[in-house]
Amino acid sequence: MPQDLAERYRAGVMKYAQMGYWQPDYQPKDTDVLALFRITPQEGVDPEEAAAAVAGESSTATWTVVWTDRLTACDMYRAKAYRVDPVPGSPGQYFAYIAYDLDLFEPGSISNLTASIIGNVFGFKPLKALRLEDMRLPVAYVKTFQGPATGIVVERERLDKFGRPLLGATVKPKLGLSGKSYGRVVYEALKGGLDFTKDDENINSQPFMHWRDRFLYCMEAVNRAQAATGEVKGTYLNVTAATMEDMYERAELAKELGSVVVMIDLVIGYTAIQSMAKWARRNDMILHLHRAGHSTYTRQKSHGVSFRVISKWMRLAGVDHIHAGTIVGKLEGDPNSVQGFYDILREPNNPQNLQRGVFFDQPWGGLRGVLPVASGGIHAGQMHQLLTYLGDDVVLQFGGGTIGHPMGIQAGATANRVALEAMVLARNEGRDIWNEGPAILANAAKTCAPLKAALDTWGEVTFDYASTDTLDYVPTATPA
Amino acid sequence: MRITQGAFSFLPDLTDAQIRAQVEYCLGKGWAVSVEYTDDPHPRNTYWEMYGNPMFDLKDAAGVMAEINACRKTFAGHYVKVNAFDSTHGWESLRLSFIVNRPKVEPGFELRREEGAGRQQRYTTRSYATAKPEGERYA
Amino acid sequence: MNDAPAIDLEALAREAGLPRLLADLDESLVGLVPVKTRIREIAALLVVDRARRTLGLTSAPPSLHMCFTGNPGTGKTTVALRMAEILNRLGYCRKGHLVAVTRDDLVGQFIGHTAPKTKEVLKRAMGGVLFIDEAYYLYRPENERDYGMEAIEILLQVMENQRDDLVVILAGYKERMDTFFRANPGLSSRIAHHIDFPDYSSDELLRIAELMLSGLQYRLSPAAREALVEYIDLRRRQPHFANARSIRNALDRARLRQANRLFAAGGAATQESLMTLESQDLRASRVFAQAGDAP
Repeated sequence: MPQDLAERYRAGVMKYAQMGYWQPDYQPKDTDVLALFRITPQEGVDPEEAAAAVAGESSTATWTVVWTDRLTACDMYRAKAYRVDPVPGSPGQYFAYIAYDLDLFEPGSISNLTASIIGNVFGFKPLKALRLEDMRLPVAYVKTFQGPATGIVVERERLDKFGRPLLGATVKPKLGLSGKSYGRVVYEALKGGLDFTKDDENINSQPFMHWRDRFLYCMEAVNRAQAATGEVKGTYLNVTAATMEDMYERAELAKELGSVVVMIDLVIGYTAIQSMAKWARRNDMILHLHRAGHSTYTRQKSHGVSFRVISKWMRLAGVDHIHAGTIVGKLEGDPNSVQGFYDILREPNNPQNLQRGVFFDQPWGGLRGVLPVASGGIHAGQMHQLLTYLGDDVVLQFGGGTIGHPMGIQAGATANRVALEAMVLARNEGRDIWNEGPAILANAAKTCAPLKAALDTWGEVTFDYASTDTLDYVPTATPA
Repeated sequence: MRITQGAFSFLPDLTDAQIRAQVEYCLGKGWAVSVEYTDDPHPRNTYWEMYGNPMFDLKDAAGVMAEINACRKTFAGHYVKVNAFDSTHGWESLRLSFIVNRPKVEPGFELRREEGAGRQQRYTTRSYATAKPEGERYA
Repeated sequence: MNDAPAIDLEALAREAGLPRLLADLDESLVGLVPVKTRIREIAALLVVDRARRTLGLTSAPPSLHMCFTGNPGTGKTTVALRMAEILNRLGYCRKGHLVAVTRDDLVGQFIGHTAPKTKEVLKRAMGGVLFIDEAYYLYRPENERDYGMEAIEILLQVMENQRDDLVVILAGYKERMDTFFRANPGLSSRIAHHIDFPDYSSDELLRIAELMLSGLQYRLSPAAREALVEYIDLRRRQPHFANARSIRNALDRARLRQANRLFAAGGAATQESLMTLESQDLRASRVFAQAGDAP
């Protein structure tokens, strides 16, 4: 990039592209952090300049030329926009590829990574909208993170549960139950056949139920259910609180009481999540993450951060569970995108897979896998679809589908467990569960009245709305 | 009570044909199948006795079925389970595990409590069967 | 009479892909006419057996254990592989794989070692064909503490009780196998089919050689072909002749000499020269020298 240096550093304002943030010939290094943005420039701003601006604003640039750049190896610190493609079928939008040198980032810190990549740039005026679609984190950087405290395999070993999705339910109603009533729901659901129950994201320590009460009653329920079934059971005790000190105090009590799992909400922030992941690793605890709040920035296609990026950050940050969509339930989720999230969370390495929205090869460097959780508006009648789409390594959470069962909570739990086991058995026998699913369930219901009742109640319920976060990919595109 | 460990405990006990189909599924995936038994079914009893080593490189379920049947015959009053182990890098653990034999009567577990400070309790789960020495349980 | 149920045997064979398998056997295996005839007979028996079962006629599951006798290099293992495939297609062998073993895979070195070893091999062979080469080594009457007998007993049990799960083929020299069977009548009586593999004629060995070479994208010059004809005649009169195996070894050595010759000559090698074996590549063999020394 030959440039007249005197010209380049003359005081004043110049285009980002001219400042060196647009380098179409740049070959990304294996150690670079790569980011793919969807940019929507304002009228009259050309896409290369917009991409360069994003590169600049997410790395070294400021609005004007500064001579202090020359005290640094600024060519290296500058992020480089190296490729811009129009988004197929979306006029005015472009995919911009940007490479960042590894030395721009603090090892093992999601907060630092995000402060750079999504720090200021999302409010930048020359852009109408900006979305971080995907990232490639080099293995050298991945290795600076702890990763999931427990991971899918070790979680299964600790629970001694193999060969089928795990089952859970969120205690309902979300608000208002006293500790004693709340524990009742936990006991019934676990005894009936679920592996886990779960606090909801906003169950913390409110006037109707303080956290210690909840923990004590829930652990009574867990222990009773273990003795009644001979299985290891768990309940995600939500330790989300106002301060780290409060969270540690709650987590310590959960551990003292013998819980196998604690829970946090995404809204506590990246630093707090990483702290809790380290705590969970030190204390042999599974760490469940509820993605509370994510839809404020993941759902709209033109602006925000894609959930596939959140998935990558959370795998680095070290959670063991994360809600990642159901495809068939009540919450947003295009099938291909959701399967892409699941791949990112679970697989040892991710090859590029444009059909699923995975834009880069992502090596995970031995980082353990995160167990995705499918929760929200799903029921036993969809078991064949859930198993086909989501596979074995997932927690299927049937909240309403358990607690709202006409024969009671235990029956609701049993219906789900029987439906699941019958479907896994049939799939392993080589049957076509996608098409035979309803018949398989009907057959299992012959010897299981609770399943019969569940199918009669919810068999037809679907949530069939168009997704807002669908994929725009061209199968032939081959990003670097 | 009925202990519900393993992948298929909520279904009626599997027939030999159903067990064989699951074993075929595992062998088709290249997993090594093994047979284990115990008379201490505590939920955290990880190490059941091995009925022989895991069977590597099998093409057909017949060999596994012979081992399952021999184990069930020898330890009729025990819990017997079939495990499938996947040695793929990044997994290197069990992929499937299910019970294929259980005692006629399952007395289950006692939940013992020890009252502690405040309202805390210490819980211990004890199998009623383990009151007797190994080998004399579920007689 | 027209209402009586009928089964189209040809269709049954066709569904199993039998005609193609047999044609393939004919084309790819040189000679072995009596062997191929026996395989056709066995295949016909199995098709008829299936037809009988379909019509509900009593039909005990056929015993399919076999004995392949013949000198080394006469194609026993190759035919066993094809046999496994045929049995698989006709529904008498679920997986159709072949597990080839010898005494050392079955018999242990100390007390309690043999049974697990034999059972392990049997489990691996279930659903397929267990091919035991030189099976007579299992039986060593001269050593009364030999563990081979233990393996034979376990084998017998499975051959009798798990016919659906396993087909056993015993293989080896004819005379030794006969002796072995005389000493182990229980085993002999469970073998339903004895197939004898004749030595190949010189013409057949030449065709085998040409087939092997074309598979490797080599060919013989006319002079080299003459040399090979002479080689075969000389070699088969010398000790340790092992039919097709001896030919394969001779061709391997000829390829080595060809490579040396081309390398020593230097210069450019053409596709032609790289593919062609010349007369000297074969005539450098010791076989010619030893024949020259002979009176």
